[in-house]
Amino acid sequence: MENFVQLIYFVTAFLFILGLKRMSSPNTARSGVVWAGVAMVAATLVTFLVPGLHNQGLMILAVIIGTVVAWIAAKRVQMTDMPQMVAIYNGMGGGAAGAIAAVELLRGEFGEAQGLKLLAILGALIGSVSFTGSLIAFAKLQGLMSSRPIQFPAQKLVNAAVGVGALLLALLVLFTQSGPLILVFFLLALGFGVLMTLPIGGGDMPVVISLYNAFTGLAVGFEGFAIGNAALIVAGTVVGAAGTLLTLLMAKAMNRSLWSVLMGGFGVEQDSGEVKGSLKPIDLEDAAVMLAYASRVIFVPGYGMAVAQAQHKLRELADVLESKGIEVKFAIHPVAGRMPGHMNVLLAEAGVAYEKLYDLEDINPEFPQADVAVVIGANDVVNPAARRKGSPLYGMPILEVDKAKNAIVIKRGQGKGFAGVENELFYADNTRMLYGDAQQVLGHLVQSLKKL
Amino acid sequence: MDSTWAALYIFLLAAFTGYEVISRVPVILHTPLMSGSNFIHGIVVVGAMVVLGHAETPLEQAIGFFGVVLGAANAAGGYAVTERMLEMFERKPKGGQ
Repeated sequence: MENFVQLIYFVTAFLFILGLKRMSSPNTARSGVVWAGVAMVAATLVTFLVPGLHNQGLMILAVIIGTVVAWIAAKRVQMTDMPQMVAIYNGMGGGAAGAIAAVELLRGEFGEAQGLKLLAILGALIGSVSFTGSLIAFAKLQGLMSSRPIQFPAQKLVNAAVGVGALLLALLVLFTQSGPLILVFFLLALGFGVLMTLPIGGGDMPVVISLYNAFTGLAVGFEGFAIGNAALIVAGTVVGAAGTLLTLLMAKAMNRSLWSVLMGGFGVEQDSGEVKGSLKPIDLEDAAVMLAYASRVIFVPGYGMAVAQAQHKLRELADVLESKGIEVKFAIHPVAGRMPGHMNVLLAEAGVAYEKLYDLEDINPEFPQADVAVVIGANDVVNPAARRKGSPLYGMPILEVDKAKNAIVIKRGQGKGFAGVENELFYADNTRMLYGDAQQVLGHLVQSLKKL
Repeated sequence: MDSTWAALYIFLLAAFTGYEVISRVPVILHTPLMSGSNFIHGIVVVGAMVVLGHAETPLEQAIGFFGVVLGAANAAGGYAVTERMLEMFERKPKGGQ
């Protein structure tokens, strides 16, 4: 029986790696997750056959509760809310790794095997940080708390103290066997996850979530060592390494270093320089006329579109324009929205054909020929300030909307973007501001255009 | 000691595997891949089940139970989220981005 269980774990590890490989290419991605899913179910079922286990009733109950709740929540949530769902499920994985370590440490399972105990403690530390850190990330993205960086006096000092305290307690736990010490260790580790995430702004969350994903992978791998389970070691380590790389790739795509992300405080109080000009509003009818007499239109969707659920109305508007013989393209910034690929997924959901979505490098040369560029709820990714040295945005690749003949910016209000920098595009002579909820504004534009 | 070393080699090879599998992915797949790898570390549920299976005192049972619930949620939720994201890539008429 033991060999059968190990065989299934072995196949599971193989299918996980294969699944991940297939997920890294658009054409095979869907089958990749299905294969990994089959492996997951098989591994879970076969675990009931591990010799010498009791509490089977509790096991079944716990698996059912976790599965059903998470499954329903994941199926019901809007596509726009996917990033925070990734965060919370990832955090739960970290919590589970912490729980494994907690039980093993309380039971004194390791005896003289200090190496294994060290790995269990490290896994507990990383997993606990990932657990509470991901919960904060979830709360920030879900709007349960402000997504602005949260700062307080001597924050770095407090964070460092708690972090060092957790490490010290980890050492104490390693060399002693004491329930209260284990409890304090976990409290400090959990607290550090919260403190570490508070000062990080919503704009940097994708990188942070990806980092915590790597953390959880690593924690799972370490706990795999501690309890001698090869499936956990392989899957956890693969995800730990893959997640680390993915985190670095994401940080690079946003032109941020991982270090500056973790130090936080991005976009709190920054001098953005003087902005010349004024905001020039436009009303719906005029905007509709402007679009109707254009021959090339480029749409630039951003997070505001996602929040307003306006992707369907945007597709309708594009359809109406095309029916009038106007060429329509969509410019997708690599980090538009809250995660790389976020806009592609939303627009695909609304039925926009992939050929109409253009990457930054492909669309930027086309802005000077565009009669109208319509910005829907995007801000920092179209801010020309990114070209100027000294701006907090300096160096970030932007969509060159300011080079279009005209720009219409659809926006809820006069607020700044996540970076907290005034957007010079909004003040430009050929830019008109169209205030309102993106979904309603686009809906009205469709109506007006149909009448023209 | 032998098994410890074997485990370290597994660690090394698995880390390289993870790195190689992910390198050179298009940006649009970053989010689905993060979600997919998030699902895969849901295998932690298996470890939590084994630990719960060995738990004796009520405290150990409670923590183990909590761990299994969290692990199962990681696996199930991670799968559902990833699948929904990747569904979007299915209707594509042709390959590439």
